[in-house]
Amino acid sequence: MSSQHSVLFDAPGPRARRRIVVGNIVGALFVAGVAAFVLVVLGQKGQLSWDLWGPIFTASAWENYYLPGLQNTLRAAGFAIVGAVVFGLVFGSGRLARSRTVRWISGVIVEFFRAVPVLLLMIFFWLLLGFNFKQVEEPSFVAVVLALVLYNGSVIAELVRSGVGNLPRGQAEAGLAIGLTGGQTLRSVQLPQALIAMLPSLVSQLVVVLKDTALGQLIVYNELLRAAQIFGNGNSNNLQTLTVAAIVFIVINWLLTRVASWLSRFLSGRTAGATATGPGIGDPTATGPGAVAGAGAR
Amino acid sequence: MRTRHAGATVLAALTALTLAACGGGDVGGGADDDTASDGGGGGGGDSITIGIKFDQPGLGYQDGDTYTGFDVDVATYVADKLGYSADQIDWVESPSAQRETMLQTGQADMIFATYSITDERKETVAFAGPYFVAGQDLLVAEDNTDITGPEALEGKNLCSVTGSTSAQRIKDEYSEGVELVERPGYAECVTALVAGQVDAVTTDDIILAGLAAQPSNKGKVKVVGAPFSTERYGVGLSQDNDMCEDVNSAIEEMIEDGSWEEAVTTNTDGTGYTPNSSENPPTVDACA
Amino acid sequence: MGDYLSQISTLFSEYDVLGAFWVNIQLTFWAAILSLILGTFLALMRISPIPSLRWAGTTYVNLVRNTPLTVIMTFMVLAVWTQLQISLADNFEQNFFRLAVVGLTVYHAAFVCESIRSGVNTVPLGQAEAARAIGLSFVPAARLVILPQAFRGAVAPLGNTLIALLKNSTVAAAASVTNETSSLMRNMIEFNSSEIYSIFFIFAIGYVILVIPIGLLTTSLSNRLAVRR
Repeated sequence: MSSQHSVLFDAPGPRARRRIVVGNIVGALFVAGVAAFVLVVLGQKGQLSWDLWGPIFTASAWENYYLPGLQNTLRAAGFAIVGAVVFGLVFGSGRLARSRTVRWISGVIVEFFRAVPVLLLMIFFWLLLGFNFKQVEEPSFVAVVLALVLYNGSVIAELVRSGVGNLPRGQAEAGLAIGLTGGQTLRSVQLPQALIAMLPSLVSQLVVVLKDTALGQLIVYNELLRAAQIFGNGNSNNLQTLTVAAIVFIVINWLLTRVASWLSRFLSGRTAGATATGPGIGDPTATGPGAVAGAGAR
Repeated sequence: MRTRHAGATVLAALTALTLAACGGGDVGGGADDDTASDGGGGGGGDSITIGIKFDQPGLGYQDGDTYTGFDVDVATYVADKLGYSADQIDWVESPSAQRETMLQTGQADMIFATYSITDERKETVAFAGPYFVAGQDLLVAEDNTDITGPEALEGKNLCSVTGSTSAQRIKDEYSEGVELVERPGYAECVTALVAGQVDAVTTDDIILAGLAAQPSNKGKVKVVGAPFSTERYGVGLSQDNDMCEDVNSAIEEMIEDGSWEEAVTTNTDGTGYTPNSSENPPTVDACA
Repeated sequence: MGDYLSQISTLFSEYDVLGAFWVNIQLTFWAAILSLILGTFLALMRISPIPSLRWAGTTYVNLVRNTPLTVIMTFMVLAVWTQLQISLADNFEQNFFRLAVVGLTVYHAAFVCESIRSGVNTVPLGQAEAARAIGLSFVPAARLVILPQAFRGAVAPLGNTLIALLKNSTVAAAASVTNETSSLMRNMIEFNSSEIYSIFFIFAIGYVILVIPIGLLTTSLSNRLAVRR
C-alpha cells in the first residue's frame, strides 16, 4: 500500500485493532461460508468425486489435452502479439505521418478495429476462410490470429502514438537539427525510445491476447479451453477440466503481469519516455503517462 | 543509440519467448501433423487421412492418444479393406462446418463424422454408404416415463448443441412450449440432464446412445427409442474420388461378417439401445 | 446495385438485427450498473484500513482479471446453473440473459475497481490529509472527499471499461444467450454466405456507431469534470 492510502486512516489504536480483528474474522467467516455452501452443494451433486477429478491428474490428460491445448494457445498468442506489434508500428507511425491522407486512413482503420468486438472479427474471418478461401488449411487458427492482430494492433498503434507524443520535444528537435528528415527522426530517434517505454505495456497486452485466444473455442480452435472441453466430454467432467484450465490461465497471466511490472521498474530511466506503470494497455486502468486511452478490458 | 539496441534485444527476446512453442499442439495426441496423402483408393499408399469428430464420445472421440467410437470403428474397417492398416491412418478433426471444405481441398480423403447424406451436400461432395441410418431422438433420465416422444415436451426443458437445428425442429413442429438451451457439446447437455436442469437432450439416436454408454452416465440416462426423422450417415468423399465402389463393398462386407453389428453393440453397450431395425443395417446407395 | 440493396433489405426483414443489438445493449446496461456498484465496493476494500478486506479485494481483482471472460461465462452455466442449480428466472431466455449479466458483472467489476483506484491516485495527498485534519474517519473521508474526486478522475478509464463491456457482451454466446449479435451474425452468414462481407460490415458498423458516442461522451465528460489543480 502506498503512503497515500495510509493517509486515509490513522494507524489503528487498541480499539481499532480489536475491531479490525473482529472484521477479519467476520470477513473470513463470510468467505468460508460461501465456499462451504458451494462445496456442500457440489458434493451433494457428486461433483467432488474422485471419479471426476482423478482423470485430470494423469499423464495422459496433460500429454494429450492440456499441454497440446496450451501449446496452441501460446502459438496463437505468439503470432498474434508479433503481428499486432508490426500492425501497431505501421499504423501508429501512419497516424503521426506528415501526409493528411495517410493520417486519416490510419485513423479510420485503427478506430474501426478498436470498436468491433474481437469475437465478431473471429467469426467473420473463420466463416470467410471456410466459404471463400478454402485452400487455407487451419481456418480456425488463422481466424483467431487475424482477429487478435487487428484488434490488439490497433490498441498498440494508439500506444505508439501516445508513446511518441510523450517523449520530450527536444528529442525530435535534436533529430531534425542534425539534418534527419521527419520520417528518419521518427524511425531512428523517437520510435526506439517509445518502444522501450511501451515494453511493459506490451507484456501486459500479451495477457489480453492470451485471454482472448480462449474465444477461439467458439470457432473450434483447439486451444486450452477447447482441449479441456473435449477431455471433459469423455468423462462427463467438463466442470472439473474447465476449472483446471482456468487455473492454468490464471497462473500464466499472473506471471506475465509480474514480468510487466518488473520490466516497468527495470526500464524506467532507460528512456526519455515514461514507462507505463500499472497493468498497462488493454486495461482501462492504465492512466499513467505512457498509457493509452481507449483500450478495452480484454 | 545504445538504448535503441537494448530495445531491439528485449523485443527480440520477447518474440522468442512468445514463439517458443511454435508448432501446433495436437489435442488428443496421436494424429500425425502430416496431412499429405495419396488421395486415391485401391490401397498401397503410405497413409490415408480420415476426418472424424474428436469431441463426441461413442461416435468419434479422441480418448487420450487413441480414437474410439462407432464412426472410428467403421472407418478403421473400411480403411483396412482399402489396404490401409490401422497405423497407416491419419485421423484429423472434421468439425461439422468444415467437412465439405476438407474434402474439396484434400485435407481429408474420407470423412466419417455423423455426416448425413443430403442432396444439397451432394452438390459439392460425394458420398459412399450409408453405413448407418440414424434418427432424431430424445435422451431422458433413466426413471423418466412421461417423455415418450417430441410431442410430450410441452413445458419441458430441452438441450441441444449450439447451431443445431434439431431442437428448433421440435419447437416448430411438435411442442411449441418447449424451453430450449444450447451448449457447445452434447456431453454438457447430458451433465445438465443428470443434474436435473433439463428434461431431455435431443440429437440423432446413435449419438445419444453413445453418450449414454459412457461409464460416467451408465444407468442414469436412457434413449427414448422413438426416432422421428431419418439421417442417413454416409462416407464423405471428394467428387473426383475413385474409391466410392470400394468403400461401398467394404461396408457391405462389414455388415455381412457381423463386424457392423459388433461395432454398434460395443459402442452402445449397457444402454439397451437397438438401432431402428426397419432401416438398419442399411443397404448402400449406388455410386454416382 | 438496386438488386444488391434489395437483397440486403430482405436480409434485414428476415433477421432481427436491431433486436440482437438491443439484447447486447441491455446486457451492457445491467452489467454496467451492477459492475459499477460491485467495483466501487472492491475499490473501497482495496483502500480500506482492514487488511483482510484489502487482501480480499486484491485477490478478487488478480483472479478475475487474469481469467478469460469465456471461462467465466462458461462457469456461469456449468457451475452456477447446472450444478449449484441457481436459476435466475423461470424461462430459459431470461435465465441465461441474467446469468450472462452476472458473468459480465463479475468480470468487469475488477476493471471498474482498478479504474476507480486509478481515479483515487489522481487525488492529491493534501486532500486526504485535509479530510483527516478536520477529523473525518475513513468512511466519511472516502465518501465526502476522496470518492467524489476519484470518480471525476476515473471517468476516462470507466468509459473505456464501458466500451469494453459493450464489446464483451458478445461473449454472452458462451453463456447460452442465443439472440445476441455474434450468434445472429454467424447464423446469417451461414445461411447467406454470398453476402458475407455486407453482413459483417452491417454488424461492425453497428458497433462503431455505438462505441464512438460513448468515447466522445467520456472524453468530454472527463475534460468537463476534471478537477482543476
